[in-house]
Amino acid sequence: MDIVVTVKMVPDLVEELEVNAEGTDLDRSVVKLRINEFDEHALEQALLLKNQHGARVTVVALDSGEVDETLFTCLAKGADRAVKVMGDFQGGVSTHTAAAVLAQVLGGIPHELILAGVQAADDRDGQLAVLLGSALRLPHVSVVTGVEPSGDKAVTVRQEYSGGVVGELEVDLPAVLGIQAAPQTPRYAPVSKVRQMMKTAKLETIEAPAVEVGAGSIVTSLARPEAAGRAEIIEGAPEEVAARLYAILADRGLLKR
Amino acid sequence: MSADIAVVVEHLEGVLAEVSFEMLAKGRELAAAGGGMLWAVLIGHGVTRLAGELGAADGVAVVEQEALAHYTPEAYEKAAAAALQALAPRVALVASSSMGLDQAAGLSGTLGWPLCAYCKDVALTDGALTAVSQIYGGKLLATAEVPGEHAICAMLPGAAAAAAGRKSGTPPVREIPPPALDGLRVRFKRLIQPEGGDVDITREGILVSVGRGIGSQDNIAVVKELAEALGGAVSSSRPIVDQGWLPKTRQVGKSGLSVKPKLYLAVGISGAPEHIEGMRGAELIVAINTDPGAPIFDVAHYGVVSDLFDVIPALTEKVKSRA
Ligand SMILES: Cc1cc2nc3c(=O)[nH]c(=O)nc-3n(C[C@H](O)[C@H](O)[C@H](O)COP(=O)(O)OP(=O)(O)OC[C@H]3O[C@@H](n4cnc5c(N)ncnc54)[C@H](O)[C@@H]3O)c2cc1C
Ligand SMILES: Nc1ncnc2c1ncn2[C@@H]1O[C@H](COP(=O)(O)O)[C@@H](O)[C@H]1O
Repeated sequence: MDIVVTVKMVPDLVEELEVNAEGTDLDRSVVKLRINEFDEHALEQALLLKNQHGARVTVVALDSGEVDETLFTCLAKGADRAVKVMGDFQGGVSTHTAAAVLAQVLGGIPHELILAGVQAADDRDGQLAVLLGSALRLPHVSVVTGVEPSGDKAVTVRQEYSGGVVGELEVDLPAVLGIQAAPQTPRYAPVSKVRQMMKTAKLETIEAPAVEVGAGSIVTSLARPEAAGRAEIIEGAPEEVAARLYAILADRGLLKR
Repeated sequence: MSADIAVVVEHLEGVLAEVSFEMLAKGRELAAAGGGMLWAVLIGHGVTRLAGELGAADGVAVVEQEALAHYTPEAYEKAAAAALQALAPRVALVASSSMGLDQAAGLSGTLGWPLCAYCKDVALTDGALTAVSQIYGGKLLATAEVPGEHAICAMLPGAAAAAAGRKSGTPPVREIPPPALDGLRVRFKRLIQPEGGDVDITREGILVSVGRGIGSQDNIAVVKELAEALGGAVSSSRPIVDQGWLPKTRQVGKSGLSVKPKLYLAVGISGAPEHIEGMRGAELIVAINTDPGAPIFDVAHYGVVSDLFDVIPALTEKVKSRA
């Protein structure tokens, strides 16, 4: 089976996010990027299928900056090919545009199963897996937490709803899935192996095709939520903080005798 | 250009989701602002009886078909697209839920209407549509102008108050002829109910909830000790469960459980929208996080910006000594 995993670099949310002077976008000159964690799960799911049933795994990313090391890491983990789509993506790209670009790029890459991360924290216009499914006229399922082959031409997938209820669906291949979580924690690639990949492996590059995408929405302001209901911050040394918290709990009758 | 508003209501196993009523409340506002009708779009098999709970709408557009007996992204998207094509609303509201992630983007792809996802708010002013999306894990809000005659907005659960959208009485029903649903490539097999766990976190009065900030499985003992001292239980965010450190029955949030304890102590949890969805109803929320910009502080009543490994042991000590 040929599996394609899409990879996107997203701002690391643990860092402070700075907004640009216009107040409409992140200040991309200072932002620290990392692979979207759901893509790590998508790759893990692909590698599990490869290990258990045999597959060729290709990772594809748009060249939105700082993506090389991530792609080498995917190779070190066990992906067979890494493709970088070259184009003007540094300033960010809408999900509708990314879907249109990837739909064309996939014309030249064998794909029976396409796995994307379920969502990215910086996206505002929907799920790539779904939009890619639309563009390629393939079936799609989002919020997937498990994929197993079901004969040669289909997969059985688990889709999570609220309350922990799970739907089991059979999906004909080729298909696009938005992966929420792989059945196991994404594997780790030792730094030495990534370094070795950087020396020995090659990233394939493709020029981005020109695409036409309908008008999307235009951001007029990007800002922190208003501080209205913000928490009262308790300061002090750990013992002082503990004493204050203890008093708050006692006050509310939350401490059982 | 139509000024009607359509709300694609969500239901699972014959029960309407809370977010459906929230969207009807928001839809009512939008319909009033534009002077249009509010439509509820109801898709399924044997679901027309649910129209009796959709009294907040002016009309219910029903797509009924045997192939729609169970949710699948493909069949439901085709049905919703048929309904939206027939209604041609100014704005269609879809839930930003698991099913909604499929549906909102799918409809945008099929109909070619622009999509605003993760909406906290949507407004129509003199016919112009603006949407506020909560992105970057809840750290930032993006306000956007949405062009065109139609648009899809995916509404985050909790963005509007459900009460205003909950009205009994059956509005006029309009039957939408179902689209062709043969040769479907996504087939429903079964629903799997969550397994019962050793504790039911929805019944606990005190939850000490742990997130990725805990660092390792072994460290969970630190919060467990506090939970025991307080006579409560340990719950968690999703990554802790995905990592296999705690069972699924302890997960709070969108794809976990919704809890309303007397005390919710969020430890090393950033407060992503998907987490907040499951705990915002707690009576008292206390958050401990090293990142002063963590969105959890926007919903917490009290916050401590520091290392959990400093604060939690000190608090445990204090509680144990009952000083
Ligand atoms: C469809 C869908 C459904 C989802 N459902 C759920 C759900 O049901 N429940 C859920 O929780 N998530 C859910 N998520 C995932 C959600 O988007 C977040 O990824 C998740 O909630 C993050 O968990 P976290 O806060 O533990 O981790 P992180 O976001 O990584 O946050 C860890 C926090 O710990 C802090 N920290 C680090 N070290 C320390 C320390 N020593 N002391 C104190 N603080 C520290 C950091 O500052 C950070 O804020 C869902 C996602 C999707 C797409
Ligand atoms: N610009 C992009 N380049 C490559 N992959 C993308 C891009 N945008 C989205 N994706 C894929 O879709 C996932 C979810 O992103 P989104 O659907 O935009 O929320 C990402 O984690 C990637 O797997």
